[in-house]
Amino acid sequence: MADKQPPAGDNRPKLALHVPEPKYRPGDAVDYSDIDIGEPGSMSRPDETCSPDTMRDHAYGLVRVLGDDDNAAGPWDPRLSPDTLRTMMRNFAMVRAFDERMFRGQRQGKTSFYMKCTGEEATSVAAAMALAADDMVFPSYRQQGILIARGYPLVEMINQIYSNKGDKLKGRQLPIMYSSREHSFFSISGNLATQTPQAVGWAMASAIKGDSRIAATWVGEGSTAEGDFHSACTFAAVYNAPVILNVINNQWAISSFSGFAGAERTTFAARALGYGLAGLRVDGNDALACYAAQQWAANRARANGGPTLIEYFTYRAEGHSTSDDPSGYRSAQEREEWPLGDPVMRLKKHLIALGEWDEERQEAMDRECAELVKAATKEAEKNGILGHGLHHPFRTMFQDVYEDIPWHLEEQAAQAKHEREVKWPGEEPWS
Amino acid sequence: MIEAINDALDIMLERDPDVIVMGEDIGYFGGVFRCTAGLQEKHGKTRVFDTPISECGIIGVAVGMGAYGLRPVPEIQFADYIYPGLDQLISEAARLRYRSATEYIAPLTVRSPFGGGIFGGQTHSQSPEAIFTHVAGLKTVIPATPYDAKGLLISCIEDNDPVIFFEPKRIYNGPFSGFYDKPVEPWKRHADSVVPEGHYSIPLGKARTVTEGEQLTVLTYGTMVHVTEAVCREQGIEANILDLRTLVPLDIEAIEESVRKTGRCLIVHEATRTSGFGAELSALVTERCFYHLEAPVERVTGFDTPYPHSLEWAYFPGPVRIGEAIDKILKD
Repeated sequence: MADKQPPAGDNRPKLALHVPEPKYRPGDAVDYSDIDIGEPGSMSRPDETCSPDTMRDHAYGLVRVLGDDDNAAGPWDPRLSPDTLRTMMRNFAMVRAFDERMFRGQRQGKTSFYMKCTGEEATSVAAAMALAADDMVFPSYRQQGILIARGYPLVEMINQIYSNKGDKLKGRQLPIMYSSREHSFFSISGNLATQTPQAVGWAMASAIKGDSRIAATWVGEGSTAEGDFHSACTFAAVYNAPVILNVINNQWAISSFSGFAGAERTTFAARALGYGLAGLRVDGNDALACYAAQQWAANRARANGGPTLIEYFTYRAEGHSTSDDPSGYRSAQEREEWPLGDPVMRLKKHLIALGEWDEERQEAMDRECAELVKAATKEAEKNGILGHGLHHPFRTMFQDVYEDIPWHLEEQAAQAKHEREVKWPGEEPWS
Repeated sequence: MIEAINDALDIMLERDPDVIVMGEDIGYFGGVFRCTAGLQEKHGKTRVFDTPISECGIIGVAVGMGAYGLRPVPEIQFADYIYPGLDQLISEAARLRYRSATEYIAPLTVRSPFGGGIFGGQTHSQSPEAIFTHVAGLKTVIPATPYDAKGLLISCIEDNDPVIFFEPKRIYNGPFSGFYDKPVEPWKRHADSVVPEGHYSIPLGKARTVTEGEQLTVLTYGTMVHVTEAVCREQGIEANILDLRTLVPLDIEAIEESVRKTGRCLIVHEATRTSGFGAELSALVTERCFYHLEAPVERVTGFDTPYPHSLEWAYFPGPVRIGEAIDKILKD
């Protein structure tokens, strides 16, 4: 009766698979007491040329500057002038106003898609302000704050979102996937983390040519699971590329919590240690800490000190995109009780605590930004909204696939032209 | 052919300070096939350098370098290993010009040895060209002679679009006839081995007529050019053999002209059959030359299996397979 024998090894302990699960689901009460956010000002600020192996604490701790008392403290305080802080505040107000209007625009059917960055504004606005205007950025899709901080015209941004005839990208890209060579802002890809080795390559090229410009890239914590991110870290370390790898740990990759990118075991900044990169973990809702960290990494890169991986510990307060409903997978309390607060409110309170700001000026600024965005929206709408006929001419579909149009695309373009002539006789088929 | 490729890289490194040559083992050592020998010593470590074993990184970094304004020439050591870099090629490099409306381009030339016939087993023998020809925005180039290898590679490096340059490694050292039990004739005895000194280029999208003939047209490229030529020579067939040289852009005029003349068409490639580039060629010939055809278009290809190490010659589309296909076409 050999078939009744237990299989070999049956007396050994059974193995079990761990499938991560976030702590809170819809309806759950939230308790953040286990998150150690440390004390503002308690983290040391190493010399920018230090060896990465001295930065273990910086990869596991949290660099913070702004405290509960709304004052800046410690060696990471970038000591920005009140004017700079007010500029930062204005960029924040503009991003919020822009997000608000574009979100509504999507709901009104003016475009197909939009992504807000609510709660994460500091990770792009403050970081961008710490870079030189011609440092090259390779963003992901939630860094509209960089363009706004760099003064990219709002009308251009909205034209892109509406894919209208004013869209510089000829209506080819999904809304919010901007590109502006003039503003050293790389074309955004929808394929995740692909921009990270590209940023490293750009930085390597800059170093090969003896240029002084550095590169910075932004990637979500979920996307750090992509192979591209790890290739980027390897290349950055191997060639000591003048690049900054910014990881936005906003806790959620659509409905997958950060545990699915490995956050249950370690921090994202600690990824740096294994590669020999400098690693910094930063309070992503603290505009001053974000600025200081980016500035530190930029100084390091400029001095040929090497690349830095920065984890911004933050929270995606809104849905992933207009196509997402976070109430379906996470507790509504998460946002309200996030222990690091809201980056815009914290900076506002800091400016007020410094005696350099007040609620009245804030309200006036918010109103002004809303008006400017509204006016830009109206201006952009003259160029059309998605699906309402005002787009780039049809012939542009076949342009720019190659530098010159090859015969097979010429033939297909002729086919497209013919179809339009059949459908709308007497009209200009290429318009 | 190895010397011709080395010469092309040397000339372009010399002429254009934005050209960068990079890849696994290509620096100090000069590449596992010696295609980059001596280039690092001559042009310096920041122009010619080794990379980590990361195809995704090699291609991704090259895209970023291209966006900066350089002209990277990354090497993928074997075409079989190009897949980890595929997303960077097909989603990024290929579409960068289009998606950014020409703000950014990726003028890279990815060199990679491909094809079998060297006992490389299933991981050193594949011919993945069809994957790349399916991608809008990429160009695919395959030389069959040292003269073409140099001239085409120079064109690729000077081209502003991303190009995949597949080097048929079976003919690196000589024009393999497909008669694997006979000694390989070295390039030096071959007419196409004469490579002029200095810079010259061969335009992309222009096929080469290997032999002129009236009996049938053969559309082929890479190693199979030589195998087909040898078969026709042995059997006394007067074939119009077209070495396509570039699959995208394709020389459709030369193809149409030849098939209209001969009325018969054979397509020969080493890659697996189903959805191979031969399928595209067959469709094009049928669409455009149907009323000139006197026999169905035939394909000779590798089989739809991985490349088996011990049974390599049973897999390889050799003289028997080609000869029988020609007989069949000529009989109709």
